[in-house]
Amino acid sequence: MKLQQLSLFSENKPGHVIAPCRLLAREGIDIRALSLADTQRFGILRMIVSDWQEAKRLLEAAGSAVKVTEVVAVEVPDRPGGLADVLSLFEGSSINIEYMYAFPFLRGEKAVLIFRFDQPDAAIERLQVAGVNVLDSGALDNR
Amino acid sequence: MVSLTEVRSKSTVAACFHPASAPDYVPPALLRELQLSRLRSIVARAWERVPLFRARLDERGLTPDRMRSLSDIALLPFTVKADLRDTYPFGLFASPMEEIVRLHASSGTTGKPIVVAYTQQDLDVWTNVMKRAFAMCGLHCGDTIQNSYGYGLFTGGLGAHYGAEGLGATVIPMSGGNTDRQIMLMKDFGVTAVCCTPSYFLHMIDRAAQLGIDIRELPLRVGVFGAEPWTGAMRDRIQNLTGIQAFDIYGLSEIIGPGVAVECPCQDGLHIFEDHFYPEIVDPDTGAVLPDGEDGELVLTTLSKQAMPMIRYRTRDITALLPGPCPCGRSLRRMRRVGRRTDDMMIIRGVNVFPSQIESALLEVEGTLPHYQIILTRHRGLDQMEVQVEVTSESFSDKIGALEQLNDKIADAIEHVLNIRVQVTLVEPNTIQRSEGKAKRVIDRRLQP
Repeated sequence: MKLQQLSLFSENKPGHVIAPCRLLAREGIDIRALSLADTQRFGILRMIVSDWQEAKRLLEAAGSAVKVTEVVAVEVPDRPGGLADVLSLFEGSSINIEYMYAFPFLRGEKAVLIFRFDQPDAAIERLQVAGVNVLDSGALDNR
Repeated sequence: MVSLTEVRSKSTVAACFHPASAPDYVPPALLRELQLSRLRSIVARAWERVPLFRARLDERGLTPDRMRSLSDIALLPFTVKADLRDTYPFGLFASPMEEIVRLHASSGTTGKPIVVAYTQQDLDVWTNVMKRAFAMCGLHCGDTIQNSYGYGLFTGGLGAHYGAEGLGATVIPMSGGNTDRQIMLMKDFGVTAVCCTPSYFLHMIDRAAQLGIDIRELPLRVGVFGAEPWTGAMRDRIQNLTGIQAFDIYGLSEIIGPGVAVECPCQDGLHIFEDHFYPEIVDPDTGAVLPDGEDGELVLTTLSKQAMPMIRYRTRDITALLPGPCPCGRSLRRMRRVGRRTDDMMIIRGVNVFPSQIESALLEVEGTLPHYQIILTRHRGLDQMEVQVEVTSESFSDKIGALEQLNDKIADAIEHVLNIRVQVTLVEPNTIQRSEGKAKRVIDRRLQP
């Protein structure tokens, strides 16, 4: 149920995000989800792609520092409170959310949340017990 | 009635002769004779009193009486900075502690500083050469000298101080820092000469302008600048902005401190006080002595130092001895202004820094050595150091906090080694330029105008 997310180090300078995106495009790798975290000094480009192993190989060959992290994707109704409901599951638990990002699906109604938990397995169990739809990579591909 | 400024105009100064300068004009033949006699005594002194030197002479089957002419100095072994470190603290002293009246220490490169010692006679020699240095720059009794070199273990402050007092000038022992106060006193006390690093003086110029003070309108007419390399372009800038004459002074603690060599009003090379310091230029790789005019490493022998004789000390500074006499008439030979060194030592805000120190800090934090680059710039007269470190797949984290922590940990480790806070910047892999597989470690932009 865990997905492999690729993270890339990027200097916080104009034009530094486009190169890896171009590379993946050229190789026919689809970026399913993406987030850019940045500070004044540097940025981290996080993405979930159609073929993470190939993407990692290509990016590293092009000289990038790439980290593979296991993240959890869940599907929630795209309505006010959709995110809060999921977050409330972890309120008061020892599970920490390191970071998260969200994106809506084109066909509406549903949104996908990507979580980086410090304890992903425990988090998945808790989500499933609460009846939240935890997506596998295939599910993300078919949307 | 004429104003102070007019009396102290440049032309008056260039023409005047100071009695302290008399030894600068000793006829060359006499000077060589004096040097040889002093060389013999100093070699004998070191041989009798410094075990390391004696052992090295023994190895070569040499005794002091082998010094029959000045060129025989080439038979003697070199002394290097590591010798001072290996014998830390007092191993190279040639005088008992009861005769040593002063210790100075230079910034350490691997934790331990370099210690240097002076007998009263050594201090007198130091005062004498600094006095002659100031006189060569056109200063004399009646001048007010603001000494903005740091006072303390660093030789710059006290060396300049006693020389200026010896000259009979009025000394303001300012030390470094507190620029507004420096400028206020410069103006209020009618300062006529200032000693500091050239970069700090440039900062003073900027600050004075901000404060609405035009240095051209002050009585200031001479700057004696040293303790760091600077360029002819910097001199032009200083002279054009302020109307003063800017002189380069050279020295190093291991030899005596400031006062080894200084420029005369011709400003074409630095006259070495050869009656006390014997200069040679050697090939930095082979150690062979090179003729005048050729570039090489400056090697100095202290001809009169009692507490700590330095025989053929390798300065690591690259220069050349200028052939031919100087129009000023001094018989002292001149060395060209020092522009670079044989090692990779950097001087940052007066502190000696080696890239290897940065490497040890990076190794400590990351476990392996990442590609890195040191970028030196100068802002408001203060050296700034940026260390760019390439992120590796190992050091990289997908969490912002972890990367910021890495950044801070590197900065902390470097601060621990150097005692200065530097800016650390994480950069993408393979972005630091490699030439033949080896990265250029230091980019020095400090001397760019």
